[in-house]
This record gives sequence, structure tokens and C-alpha cells, in this order.
Amino acid sequence: MPVTLVLKDLSKSFAGEGKAEVEALSHINLEVSDGEFVSILGPSGCGKTTLLRIIAGLDHATGGTILLDGNKIEGPCPRMAMIFQEYSLYPWRTVIDNIAFGLEMKGMEKQKRREMAFQFLELVGLVDFAGSYPYELSGGMRQRVAVARALAIEPQILLMDEPFGALDAQTRNMLQKELLEIWQKTRKTVIFVTHSVDEAVYLSDRVVVLTARPGTIKDMVHIDLPRPRERTGAEFARIRRYVLDHVEKTPFSSKV
Amino acid sequence: MRYLRFLLPILLVIGWEVASWVVNNPFIVPSLETVIPILLHPFSPEYTLGTGSMVENALISIQRVGLGFLVAAVVAIPIGILMGRSAFLNDFFDSTIELLRPIPPLAWVPLALAWFKIGLTSIVFIIFIGAFFPILLNTVDGVKSVKKTWLEVATTLGAKEQQIMTKVVLPGAAPTIWTGLRVGFGIAWMCVVAAEWLPGISQGLGYLILYAYNFGQTNLIIAGMVVIGVIGLLIDFVFKHVEKRWFSWRGLER
Repeated sequence: MPVTLVLKDLSKSFAGEGKAEVEALSHINLEVSDGEFVSILGPSGCGKTTLLRIIAGLDHATGGTILLDGNKIEGPCPRMAMIFQEYSLYPWRTVIDNIAFGLEMKGMEKQKRREMAFQFLELVGLVDFAGSYPYELSGGMRQRVAVARALAIEPQILLMDEPFGALDAQTRNMLQKELLEIWQKTRKTVIFVTHSVDEAVYLSDRVVVLTARPGTIKDMVHIDLPRPRERTGAEFARIRRYVLDHVEKTPFSSKV
Repeated sequence: MRYLRFLLPILLVIGWEVASWVVNNPFIVPSLETVIPILLHPFSPEYTLGTGSMVENALISIQRVGLGFLVAAVVAIPIGILMGRSAFLNDFFDSTIELLRPIPPLAWVPLALAWFKIGLTSIVFIIFIGAFFPILLNTVDGVKSVKKTWLEVATTLGAKEQQIMTKVVLPGAAPTIWTGLRVGFGIAWMCVVAAEWLPGISQGLGYLILYAYNFGQTNLIIAGMVVIGVIGLLIDFVFKHVEKRWFSWRGLER
């Protein structure tokens, strides 16, 4: 598959306490292919969210470059859309108007953007809630709206920052399954940040294991299992154990 | 429980009547029979010692407050938005605001007279001072309370700076700004009474009360106070109604 996104030698440092610089990410090299589902897995504080934010254009790398289809990107890009963990829907807007937000920013007129938004509302299975407000929805429903909103601008790449982290286990599993269905239908490229080995193995074509500070790629695990995957299957358990070993072996190098 | 709210006012009215009977001095505690007729004829100029009808006076006071309040809102909201968005501007203005805020609006009266002489401008200025700070501080607060995630979502969905302001910051801050307007108006309304005691004023509810005092007509003072209270209540009710209709999402966001 043609390569979509290339991270070349990406680094990120923050000014720390006093004069000490904190290196959050160190020389990240990663190539993501078109239509691939890649998870970035690591413990809290390993820089995975920072990495995603840099890709999304919300933060700037202090070293290295990002190439999308060969072109350098340095800021937010319409071919990428990000889905946050929580508090992301606009409470003063109805569900349909939340989904249509990106289209509104593009200048699409009301009737047209609502019709288009409705398609994505159908995709996530919430047609009865078009006129509802976010506070009327459960956590899982809100995240589905967030997914619909991101898809509505028809991006090439979906960036997801632990999108199901704030949900209970059952809802989480259900949404993981639904996400895969949507992914298979729409063939987007997905970069999915998580600290759950289980989630990463269930969802991804490839799991990128990140170390703790400074964040570097320890390993990349390709997963060839057909989907939908059985969480309780033997192969799944084997891969899961393999990945877990790699995550656990990463040295905890924080100097606190 | 629904009618509990009427209990105390009714008791107070009864208590007042009893007191007026006991004290038996219309200057100190006028009886209700002398107060009620004034309230029952709000359009008649005969009950207000030649200052115009109660309604006329009320409208004049409302106009003055409205003007001062509007100027305060037009000045405070933009400044508040800028301060809320820019840490630099916030720090720049903050100390001055904290210094001026505790000065009661009435303390500005002598200065207002020195600057603007007798007239409408002085009154509007006092009311402006009263309404300005609550509106400003609530606007700053409201803008600061706009969640970072909301802003980042907008950025990643392609919103430009101006769109972020109009489609995210303003709607997000609106409930808090509205609270500021409501509180600001309440204070402005209280200021108008005192502001109308300035020399050179010849109409208005605040003026009416003072005028009534000079003629020993305490019943008119009470009637005037009742009207002031009722108008304040009604306007606050309007503010609350808008809040319920448009901003009930606030505090429920997750």
C-alpha cells in the first residue's frame, strides 16, 4: 500500500524545571500506510499523546519532520481529524449541528451540511438523536458523535487519543467493535493512542510500542489476525502476551 | 410548598398594618390605605406631588439605567474577551481593575459632577460604574472557562481564528457573560436611586423618594420603594428566563 504518513526523526523537548530540558519524544521514525490501523501503545507519560498532538498540528515538534503523501506538514491539516477522550462536543449545539461543525467551518450552507451530517449520524447509529443535546447522551453516544463529527470532514487520517478511555468496559468493547466496522466501511487510516494492550491488539494492524521518557519506539508488532478478533482466542492471547512483555520491559526512566 | 414564597410577604404586610396602627404616626409608619391608592393609580399625576405619574418616573429611571447599562456592556464585554484570551492583557489590566473595583459607585459622584456637571451624563456615568465591573469580571471568567478541548477541536476541524471566536469562544462564554449582565443590571438598578439624588434632577423613582421625604410623605416613599423593588424583580425574571431557555446546558457539559 502506498505510504501516507511519514514521521522522520521526530523529537519534542519541553523546558523543564529550572534549566533542565525534558525530552518527551526522541527520534521517532514511523511510516504509516494508507488504510492502516496503527496503535501507539505505552504507559502514561511516555509521550504518545504528545506525538499524536504533533501529528494533528496542535503542538510543534522541536526536531524532525512530518510528511503527508510526500508533503511537509507543520500545522493542522484538513486531511486529518482528531478525536479526543472527553469534553469535546459543544454542549450548546445539537448532535446534528456538532457533526456539521467542520462543514460549517468550510462554508457549506445549512441545509446541505445538515444533510451531509445526517449521513454520518446514520453511520454511527444515532439517527434518533439528531436534535438532542450532548448532555442528554451517554458517554458512549457522545464519543460516537465525536467520531461522526471527525468523519464528516472526510479526512484521510483519523487521530484518536484514547477515545474510549473514559467509558466503562462494556461500552468500550462495543465501541471498539463499531469503530472497526466503520473503519472497514470507510477505509480511513487510523492512528490510535492507548495504554491498553488489549485494545491495541483487538483493533490494530500494527502496534507501535513506545517507551517512557524519553519517548522512543521500542518495538513494532504486526498483527495478522483476521477481524473480528476473538478476545478470548489462543492466538489473541499469545500476541497479547508478547506485546505486554514488550511494554513491561520498557525501562521506567523518569527522574522524579 | 409552591405557595410558601408568598407567606412571608403577606405576614410582613399584615405586620406593617399592625405597626402603623400601633405607632399611629403616618410619617414613620404610614398605613396601607395611604400607600395602596398611589400604587393603584400609576398613570395619574395626582398622587406624586407634581413630579409626573409613577409610570412616567419609572420609565425615566429605566431609561437612565438602560443607557448606563448598555454603555457598560459595550465597553466591558470586548475588554473582558480580550483579557480572557490574552494572558498579557489580563496581567496588564488586572491590578488597575482590582484597585478600582472596591470603590463604590456612589463615591464617584463628586468626581462625576466635577467632570460632567449636572445632567444626564453624570447619572449615566454612575450607573456605568456600577454595572461595569460585574460584566467585565464575568466576561473574563466566561472566556477563560471555555475548554481547551473545544478550541482544539475547532482548530483540527479547520476553523480560522475569527470562526473560533464567534463559533466557540462566544457561545461557550455566553452563559457566564449573561450572568454578569444580570448581576450588573441589578447593581445598576440599585445605583439609579442614589444617582437620582444628584443635584439638578427633577424626575425618576429615586428623585421621587427624596422629594417625598422633603414633603413628609412617607407613604409615597414606601410606594416608590415598592415600585423600585417590583421593577427590579421583573427585569431579573426576564434575565432568568433567557438563561433557562438558552443556557441550561451550562454545568451539564461533559
